[in-house]
Amino acid sequence: MALLKRNRRVPEAPSGEANPMRVHPGVPIAAHDPFHAYLLQAGGPVDLAKLDLESDAVTALRAAGTVLVVPLINQGELLGTLSLGPRLSDQPYSSDDRRLLSSLASQVAPAVKVANLVKEREAETKQRERIEQELRVAALIQQTLLPKQLPSPPGWQIDAYYRPARVVGGDFYDFIPLSGGRLGFVVGDVTDKGVPAALVMATTRSNLRAAAQRSDSPGAVLADANGILVEEIPLGMFVTCLFGVLDTGSGEVRFANAGHNLPYVRRNGEVIELRATGMPLGLMPGMTYDEVVAVLQPGEVMVLSSDGIVEAHGPDGEMFGFGAVRRTIGLAPDTDVIGHLLEGFDRFVGPAHEAEDDVTLVSIRRAAGAAESAAVFANAPVSVLAEFAVPSEEGNERTIMEMVAASVVGAGFPPDRLERLKTAVAEAAMNAIEHGNGGDPLLDVGVRVEARGEELAVLITDHGGGTGVMPVEVPDMEAKLAGEQKPRGWGLFLIEKMVDTMLTHDDGTHHVIELVMRRGEK
Amino acid sequence: MEGFAATTRIEGSTAVVDMSGLLDRAAEPVLAAAFGAALESGSGPIAFNFTDVEYINSTGIALVVGALAKARTSGRSIRAFGLTDHYREIFTITRLSDFMGIFEDETAAVAG
Repeated sequence: MALLKRNRRVPEAPSGEANPMRVHPGVPIAAHDPFHAYLLQAGGPVDLAKLDLESDAVTALRAAGTVLVVPLINQGELLGTLSLGPRLSDQPYSSDDRRLLSSLASQVAPAVKVANLVKEREAETKQRERIEQELRVAALIQQTLLPKQLPSPPGWQIDAYYRPARVVGGDFYDFIPLSGGRLGFVVGDVTDKGVPAALVMATTRSNLRAAAQRSDSPGAVLADANGILVEEIPLGMFVTCLFGVLDTGSGEVRFANAGHNLPYVRRNGEVIELRATGMPLGLMPGMTYDEVVAVLQPGEVMVLSSDGIVEAHGPDGEMFGFGAVRRTIGLAPDTDVIGHLLEGFDRFVGPAHEAEDDVTLVSIRRAAGAAESAAVFANAPVSVLAEFAVPSEEGNERTIMEMVAASVVGAGFPPDRLERLKTAVAEAAMNAIEHGNGGDPLLDVGVRVEARGEELAVLITDHGGGTGVMPVEVPDMEAKLAGEQKPRGWGLFLIEKMVDTMLTHDDGTHHVIELVMRRGEK
Repeated sequence: MEGFAATTRIEGSTAVVDMSGLLDRAAEPVLAAAFGAALESGSGPIAFNFTDVEYINSTGIALVVGALAKARTSGRSIRAFGLTDHYREIFTITRLSDFMGIFEDETAAVAG
């Protein structure tokens, strides 16, 4: 018996003596062989002696001693044949023999079909398991190499997010601690997917880590990593990658780009693109990379991404695009840019979305003020209700007051307590504008409103740190009316009376006044 | 409303200084002129009408303190009316209310 297509192997024939019909080894019948078509319409056993057909299969069958071929047909498909040699009695096959063989073939064919299907299914399952196993390995490599913990340098908030595609892509990000309060950061994407991409990612990551220790220049680091990678990378693969160094003291960011998405910086409510270009790593030897320097000011945030977010498609086939990424970053709350970006992204792609590519996001944000960094990094979980900066111009204390008031709507302040808070905020803001910043409109007053459990805190930061604590003369109405004290000097007095706690912080550069009030009734 | 406005009118023996807007540093010349007119108006009490004052900051408090000091040297009594609960509290905290009569409305202020 010969089974065609996926199973051409023939079971061992039992020895001839006990069997009236000798079984011959199978001969494959190619689909284009005329004998294939002949068997399909033969309607029963075919006597090779009577056959006049130019066919390689027939020649081979004859050579193997076959005299009768019984096709196994199921639903118009030739599944195989029963090939028989001459009868042991040397008599030709009788019409009874042929009927018996036909009947046998009609029963065998569906069984063979079922057996074929089972074998196919098994092969598919094996293949799927193999792919899944490969994906597990790739995902494992990727997850092992992504940072377990994000760095949290004082005064900085660093967040990262990675969402693997259905078929694991080659995204990665990394942070590299460097000397002198500097922090290296990497976001990259390996073309291709699966285990090969994961291995290239691992190589790139360690190359960059090593190169970053050898040079302070991000451009040189990328050139160095490219030189190594170009020798090792499989043909047709390459890596896009952005590498930068953040000076956590000054806020300076120095970076170079090997064909990766450009970073965004949100500055004064505007989202700008930091432009640096260069060839992806691993394509060509001897590449050089331009360096770009930017300074992140307090309250500013830089967002790095992979193309998985930009190039994702919505249900109508439209791309999310750079414009949407930019707009979404522009509208995000200061301390949760990534969360906001992901919300916008998920809304865009819809619930039925199957991730086409990895999505990687990294945000690096400089805290708005010294007190904020203390609060963010040392204290209990804090939810930020508002954060903004206002130029030091007369009258802006009322802007600050109204913005703070708007941010605490729903925070559970009875109207009288809200009025007290507003007065305290306005007074503190006025001090910051007039004294801390000396009325210089180029200097901002930073404002941050935090809900800390049952307490609400407003932190107002100016640039008057390091000048010593302002002398506070306790205002005395009698003395003022008698001309012994100036009529002024009510600011700090009022603030202290209005809020539950007033704290001041000074880091040598910034002066922060922290107003704390319990929410709800006193 | 931005800015500050103040005018003085006479009600019986009382000079009423009607103020509106923001009582802060920028209000100083306007308030000084209106208060000067009130001082020259006679010898009766001077009543500050805060009904339309939206905002008073510590500088505004200082302006009121300055006016109060001048009034005392001229032997004039100062009254205030139309203050919100919040600013009444601030007048209490600063002890301004110990040196001027705080009234609910103009009728009460003029009647003394």
